[in-house]
Amino acid sequence: MRLNGWLGVAAVALTVGGTALAETVKIGVVLPFSGANADLGHQVDKAFDLYVKLHAKDIEPNKIEIIKRDEGPPTGAQAKTVATELITNDKVQILTGFVFSPSAIALAPVVTQAKVPMIIANAGTAWITNLSPYIARLSFSMWHHGYPMGAYAFNKIGCKTAALAYTDFPPGKDSTEAFKTGFEKAGGKVTESIPMGSPVQVPDFTPFFQRIKDAKPDCMYVFIPSGAHATGVTKAYGELGMRKAGVKLIGPMDLIPDNKLQDMGDAAIGTVVMGNYAVDLDNADNKAFNKAWHEAYGKDSYPDFMSAAGWDTMHAIFDAIKKLNGKVEDGSKVIDVMKGWTGNGPRGQVSIDAATRDIVQDEHAMEVIRKPDGKLGIKVLGTTKAVKDECKELKVGRCGS
Amino acid sequence: MPQVANIAVSILFDGLAYAMFLFITSVGLSVTMGLMGFVNLAHGAFAMAGGYVVVTLTRTYGVGFVPSLVIAAVVVGAVSVVFERVLYRRLYKSTDLEQVLLTIGLAFMAIATATYLYGPIPKSVPLPEWLQGDVNLGFRYFPSYRAFLIVLGAVLIAVLWYAFERTNIGAKIRAAVDNRRMAESVGINVDRLFTLTFAVGSGLAALGGGLAIQLLGLSPSFAVLYLVLFLIVVAVGGLGSLKGTLLAALVLGIFDTGGKYLLADAGGFFVYAVTVVVLLIKPAGFYGRE
Amino acid sequence: MAASDTIGGTPRQRATDYLLRRHRFRMAEALPWLIAIAVFFIFPTRMTFGSQVLVMVMFALSLDLILGYAGIVTLGHAAFFGVGAYTVGLAAARLDWTEPISGLFAAAIAAGLVGFVTGWFLLRYRGLTLLMLTLATAILLQETGNLRSDISGGYDGLPGLTFKPLLGVFDYDLYGHTNYLYALTVLAIIFFFVRRIVYSPFGQALTGIRENVRRMHAIGSPVHRRLVTVYTIAAAIAGVAGALFTQTNAYVTLTVFDFDNSAKVMVMLILGGTGRLYGAFVGAAVYMVLEDYFSKLSPTFWQFGIGLMLVLAVLFAPRGILGLFERIGDCLAERKRS
Repeated sequence: MRLNGWLGVAAVALTVGGTALAETVKIGVVLPFSGANADLGHQVDKAFDLYVKLHAKDIEPNKIEIIKRDEGPPTGAQAKTVATELITNDKVQILTGFVFSPSAIALAPVVTQAKVPMIIANAGTAWITNLSPYIARLSFSMWHHGYPMGAYAFNKIGCKTAALAYTDFPPGKDSTEAFKTGFEKAGGKVTESIPMGSPVQVPDFTPFFQRIKDAKPDCMYVFIPSGAHATGVTKAYGELGMRKAGVKLIGPMDLIPDNKLQDMGDAAIGTVVMGNYAVDLDNADNKAFNKAWHEAYGKDSYPDFMSAAGWDTMHAIFDAIKKLNGKVEDGSKVIDVMKGWTGNGPRGQVSIDAATRDIVQDEHAMEVIRKPDGKLGIKVLGTTKAVKDECKELKVGRCGS
Repeated sequence: MPQVANIAVSILFDGLAYAMFLFITSVGLSVTMGLMGFVNLAHGAFAMAGGYVVVTLTRTYGVGFVPSLVIAAVVVGAVSVVFERVLYRRLYKSTDLEQVLLTIGLAFMAIATATYLYGPIPKSVPLPEWLQGDVNLGFRYFPSYRAFLIVLGAVLIAVLWYAFERTNIGAKIRAAVDNRRMAESVGINVDRLFTLTFAVGSGLAALGGGLAIQLLGLSPSFAVLYLVLFLIVVAVGGLGSLKGTLLAALVLGIFDTGGKYLLADAGGFFVYAVTVVVLLIKPAGFYGRE
Repeated sequence: MAASDTIGGTPRQRATDYLLRRHRFRMAEALPWLIAIAVFFIFPTRMTFGSQVLVMVMFALSLDLILGYAGIVTLGHAAFFGVGAYTVGLAAARLDWTEPISGLFAAAIAAGLVGFVTGWFLLRYRGLTLLMLTLATAILLQETGNLRSDISGGYDGLPGLTFKPLLGVFDYDLYGHTNYLYALTVLAIIFFFVRRIVYSPFGQALTGIRENVRRMHAIGSPVHRRLVTVYTIAAAIAGVAGALFTQTNAYVTLTVFDFDNSAKVMVMLILGGTGRLYGAFVGAAVYMVLEDYFSKLSPTFWQFGIGLMLVLAVLFAPRGILGLFERIGDCLAERKRS
């Protein structure tokens, strides 16, 4: 009787104790849910939701609570207000999301002061990770794609001369500068550099492309913000018959986001990009990812590189929670766990550089082809493994600070 | 072709196509503001609606591109009458500011509705064969779609000109724009006239929206993104003037295209610089009245 | 209303009555300030948001001067906000000048100067022409900033600005308490300044210009000069709002010049009610609180809520929210009388 009693008490104590050990980790998700860039926010959000749904049991008994807020326009002000309140009001322990660089930039001093980790799922300005020791990035910097593309274009595609065209805002300048550095190092010559207007509206690309067509460089490296601009570029390129005229279209993968590829038509075939992800990438994780995506969101919906980055971001966060057993109040511990993290995801193997807290990933040179089933797809031409952000490696400009 | 001439032709052609789009979409706004003094900032939303109707018709129902354009114009024009009767009519006597508030509110609602119905991802439309690729005009190739725009624009201009200058209704509209009180006192039913012009203007905006899909892409923010552009065309051309809107569209379209071609660094400068210069010299626009 | 209109009481009482009436200091005027202070204690975790509301109130107030009182409709007011914001930003980032209060003065002077120059040329025009000209000015400023993005930071802006503690003592905390009280104090000072202008003979002249500009010309009032003066003052105040924006955010990008900014502040002001000074308070607060609320309710579709509110406001409260209160007040007063 006594033993039973004690066992009973012990059992109760263990259960109660066990439950008391389960933490609920609050994660603040800041993405543009409305406005001109809402489609980008939704691409990342869908990936977040999918990962959480499929992997919630990985961190049991701990739980996740996600609070979503609209990042607002790319001015930084709303993101800062919204994220600060997530920290002070909602008491989130981890912040993630951030499509726009200004949002992450504005928030850097706040996360340093509050000691809350900010895990960036998209914002690509190279020197962002230098702004605070609490920032880690899972997506990319413009230099991940631009710099290797420079050498690749000269050596493998046969571009002796190249014209640069970019949307006139910092990522555009960043990306073309990255390409130029790599291209000129390999021996190429940049003929001209054309800013193509503000990122807010999709401009009529024809006058810019016409000018390049008339100048006849071997290749044209184009940077535009992913989204509506991408379709506009391929359309203009096709309409002007530039491929026939001998000007090849190259660029970072923002040029051919998977969820818009099918709409681009024949004009896109032959475009070569450098990027970290494509729906057609041949690895087991990606196949499972695509399958799960179509099951959840329909067969006409496609993930793209932003979704892949979102997936890996949540993966990294979950791994951190697992490792710390749900005890994530100390932000610096979370960041320490993330430094040097490696994981397998739709992009293949990715890792976080311990020194810069930025992503290290494989970069693939990819060409747009028409697949046997009639749809447009990607063929991987070559892969550079474990590419780091060259801007910080070479300490170019602001990256050196 | 010699290089300079080639460049000039490129600029003129591309500029002309762009100008046609600007004209078609903005002419309704100009006549509306000139005739009734009503500031309709939801004009861009009507254009966007037209674009989305075309998307639904071509992608879900397999209707051809050109018939879809026509249907979209008619549908949106008809729907706009409902808005005019139910909402806008109450505010004819109100201040500009109230009209601004109302129409901006409508534009916001339109954006959210479009996001709900179509999602935020930009849409494109399947074009028929003859609108893809280029067309050979003898001395060089031109993109077919833009050639189509120019031809369509020219046809519409001719039709509108005829309607304005040679028909009874056109005369009545011109009279009402010139001097509304006088027109009313000679028995012209200005209210009904306005409903008609508003419907036609919105229908044309819808047509412009459908044409814009290939040019600029279509997403829910279209309603406000290009609104400033349309306002500029209207202001530079002069309220209520067909000729003015056309001239403004041509000047702005060609300067913008030329500017982007020749001096890409300056980019957006040209449109706004031209606007400032024209308005400083002719405050009422090319063909507006003081 | 003349001093002789007052009847009864000692001369001293009559004089005080007259002055009080002239400056129309009603009890209700204390309300917005009490609310602002109360918010500080009731919602201590929302002070970051609160500071942004105060910045917008100041911005809307500056617009009320020219829109509500002088009747000038402009779509380029963000230009002055941007000039002020960038004055502080550039001073901090490039010149290491991080003292906040002097930053405000510098911003006011810079923005006022731009207001003076542009006003001198542009205020000869009206209506749609003026709208487009002011809009173009703001955008041209933005494009210039982008051209020299090596200085301005372009759309990625000037990050990591740090400012010296306020008055050498108060540092900036994560919760934004210091910023809120700072913004509130500056707003109060500016407000009393604006109030004095509005109730002065100069202010009366402005109302005259708004109501009947021809007659003002006819009685020899220097209309253009008056307009440029008020435009300059409004620009300076907008500049201070912009400076506060940069200081409270520790960050500024070229998007401060956006057309969206000009349009938004105008919508807020109209919503609150123009020409009533407090319309700026009501309009900015209501708009931003509702935007925040809807945005939390539905991050994707919140614009519908805002749009609907605007439509309903126009249909049922055409003279703004304050106009609605006035009408209710009048109704009640009539009821009492009958």
